Amino acid sequence: MTDQGPSLPTPPPPPQGSAEPGTFASRLAVKQRAGGIIVPIVTLILAFLVAGVVVAATQHSVHTALLAFRDIFNGAGLNWIFHPTTTVLDAKTNLTHIPSYNLSQTLLQTTTLILTGLAVAFAFRAGLFNIGGQGQYFIGIIVANWVGVSFASMSATPHILLAIVAATLAGAAWAGIAGVLKATVGAHEVISTIMLNYIAFYVGYWIFGDGGPLQNSTQPFTPISGSVAPSAQLPVFWGTQGFQGLDIGIFIALGALVVFWVLLNRTTLGYEVRAVGFNPDAAAYGGISVKKNIIRAMAISGAFAGLAGAVDMLGYLHSFAQGDFAVSQVGFLGIAVALLGRNTALGTLLGAFLFGGLLFGTTHGLNAGSVIDPTLAGNLTFIIVGLVVLFVGANVLVLWVWNAPRRLFRRRGKDATKTAELPA
Amino acid sequence: MADDLVLEMRNIRKEFPGVVANDAVSFEVRRGEVHALLGENGAGKSTLMNILYGLYRPDAGEIRLNGKPVSFTSARDAIQAGIGMVHQHFMLIPVMTVAENIVLGTEPVREGIFLDERVADSRVADMAKTFRFEVDPDARVEDIGVGQQQRVEIMKALYRNADILILDEPTAVLTPQEATDLFEILRTLQREGLSIIFISHKLNEVLEIADRITVLRRGKTIETIPREGATEESLARAMVGRDVLLRVDKQPAQAGDVLLTVRDLHVRDDRLIEKVRGVSFEVRAGEIVGIAGVDGNGQTELIDALTGLRRIESGTVTIAGRELSHASARAALDAGMGHIPEDRQRRGLVLEFSIAENLALHDYAKPPDARLGWTFPKRVVQRAKGLIREFDIRGGGPFTRAGGLSGGNQQKLVAAREISRDPRVLIAAQPTRGLDVGAIEYLHRRLIAERDEGRAILLVSLELEEILSLSDRILVLYEGEIVGEHTGDVSEEEIGLEMLGGGEEEAA
Repeated sequence: MTDQGPSLPTPPPPPQGSAEPGTFASRLAVKQRAGGIIVPIVTLILAFLVAGVVVAATQHSVHTALLAFRDIFNGAGLNWIFHPTTTVLDAKTNLTHIPSYNLSQTLLQTTTLILTGLAVAFAFRAGLFNIGGQGQYFIGIIVANWVGVSFASMSATPHILLAIVAATLAGAAWAGIAGVLKATVGAHEVISTIMLNYIAFYVGYWIFGDGGPLQNSTQPFTPISGSVAPSAQLPVFWGTQGFQGLDIGIFIALGALVVFWVLLNRTTLGYEVRAVGFNPDAAAYGGISVKKNIIRAMAISGAFAGLAGAVDMLGYLHSFAQGDFAVSQVGFLGIAVALLGRNTALGTLLGAFLFGGLLFGTTHGLNAGSVIDPTLAGNLTFIIVGLVVLFVGANVLVLWVWNAPRRLFRRRGKDATKTAELPA
Repeated sequence: MADDLVLEMRNIRKEFPGVVANDAVSFEVRRGEVHALLGENGAGKSTLMNILYGLYRPDAGEIRLNGKPVSFTSARDAIQAGIGMVHQHFMLIPVMTVAENIVLGTEPVREGIFLDERVADSRVADMAKTFRFEVDPDARVEDIGVGQQQRVEIMKALYRNADILILDEPTAVLTPQEATDLFEILRTLQREGLSIIFISHKLNEVLEIADRITVLRRGKTIETIPREGATEESLARAMVGRDVLLRVDKQPAQAGDVLLTVRDLHVRDDRLIEKVRGVSFEVRAGEIVGIAGVDGNGQTELIDALTGLRRIESGTVTIAGRELSHASARAALDAGMGHIPEDRQRRGLVLEFSIAENLALHDYAKPPDARLGWTFPKRVVQRAKGLIREFDIRGGGPFTRAGGLSGGNQQKLVAAREISRDPRVLIAAQPTRGLDVGAIEYLHRRLIAERDEGRAILLVSLELEEILSLSDRILVLYEGEIVGEHTGDVSEEEIGLEMLGGGEEEAA
């Protein structure tokens, strides 16, 4: 992990320049680009540092904390690079690991997180905080399961497409409700999407529960959904079908990243969304309908989350138990992914991979290795996620930490923090 | 001579990341003088005064107060040393009374914790009498006018025993009459022995009130000169560094067809208060119609209604023969409406967008910028390059963030977009607000040129001088109604009186 690049410039740039605008503006641009990379990196270093302190403190050993990070790394399958085909025996615990399997599991998580991350990122670009990714994901799960279980006589490609399209549209409609409420009566999307999360949660609870309409008809007393018909299951290309191998869902997610980028940067829709997101007053003045774009952006955002549900359901879950609703966190993790990825396509990809690795690495790597307390192991991801959200929200703090060495070694005591507001 | 210097600032230097705001600036003030600090935006006036007021610490240089070197670390130090500052944006608490605002922070207390209102009131009343302020100590600040609020700010400084008073662009928010009153107060203070630092970029005011004038340009002191012998032209040259055409040169208007017709327009604001009450006028091709008025008399609502950004209550708006009374902003744009909005940062620009993206703000979805929902960034950038050259937008290329440009260049960017769309009707609201002399000169000349191209131009400005120098016809807006119409020569005082409601309400 990179520690300290010695020379990148970063003080929070003053909003307006005056004396030498030419060089000033370009310097500003450089700083922003630099800040765009530095904030997430420093955020991560801080988050891991604090998480390491938590482990060290609760386990009374710094050495254990370092071992924990090693085990997360290995548990996530990242040691696959060194052992592409072999299994690895942990000398201490006498357990074997299959790096290629671990990595495929990490990538399965990554797939979901890319899509739920995009859901949050797209809304952010329109100036909206879609906190309802989890609910939209559930709707995607439910609809994909319904379509996947029904129409079992269809051939594979149309069945898969139908299930994906239906789930995606359902996610879009679900988030669109929050968009319509915001555009028409001004209901804040944070509140309404949280409410919609609860509704989706309990709808799922009922629909897959005992006596529910989509409950598994062959197991009348088990609160679980029916199993997706083979014709609607996504083909596995790495690992074994039926043993949670890596399915082609990851390519759907990578495609969604491209769609996200193109939509925002190469279409009039994206221009409108970004204009509304940055400055709704200026957008309205430019002739853009702010209300229309709020609804549309929420719907597109929900479509990504609904797609996430479809890909999971058709890819490796195939069925969903009532109890799974209470456990699933991927929609909320999407918030951290988008924040860390600064709402860009590439950033979301990297963020999703990071959290995918953490998610699988902590539950699998640490539990199996028993380096630390298993309860702590399972929660370590969420500690790191929480810290990331906290630090990204406080990026001023992060920049302050970044600038601390420069401040210390400066010869004259200039107050860099005061310069944020440069008088005209 | 040296012993009557109350303030000396020597070789002050202040650097911000990427900008030297003050570079070896020297500035001195004599006891009992009004000393104007003149310069364009970004010349370093505010930085220098913020250093004096303890808000910034200088990187180098020396400040002497009454001959003794001082070093302030906060505004509190400066206030204790007898320096008072009236900011451009008042720092008053609207729901509190005048007296409460004045004593805030140094309240007279009784029994340790209670505000002694009687003492506060009487002290404020005494002060008002001494300096002949006409302010009611018991009035709430939100209920009194802007001119009075400014007096409260001045009294606040005096209450803290200021003997150097800094006024940051004090007339920017005032009507001509209020400005005259302010100058009267400043002269009284001067007679009482106060020294006043008057920050401005308005040449005529500086010549009227100042005893001496220091001109700053790009962070450097250019000269300190007595008022005698200074002219607007010489000051402008010192400020900008070249000769500036102050008077707008224009031919008589060749008015053509009526392009904008407004009939009996009624508009309500967000709180549903009727702000435009039955306004009718028309603007012809090739003329500039100026709308004069004090801020808040319905200008904003009128402009928003004309441009489709606000719902019309009743009445009609017709652009080039097309009725657009209840049309959207999009329809107004498509009908040939150009609009330089009064707040370029809040509305005119998406500051996070690049220059090129901002230039596409209206036509991003039309060929050649886009087709069938796909945008063509290269074409947008190509067009931006041409406009940057044509409108002399400095400070960056097509990919530069608009927020990184200076105010003048941001305004040029807005003007470039609006004018390049070849509008029939151009509404210019406060087109030169906050701009410096050089940029003002450019925009004024450009507006005249566009008029001569045959556009109908509606100029809405709070700067009476701007209205007078550019307009072919002048309408005076007061409380949502047009109370006066003038063509040809009319004095500033005459319009100023109408701006305050004409004969019904004589200037206080």
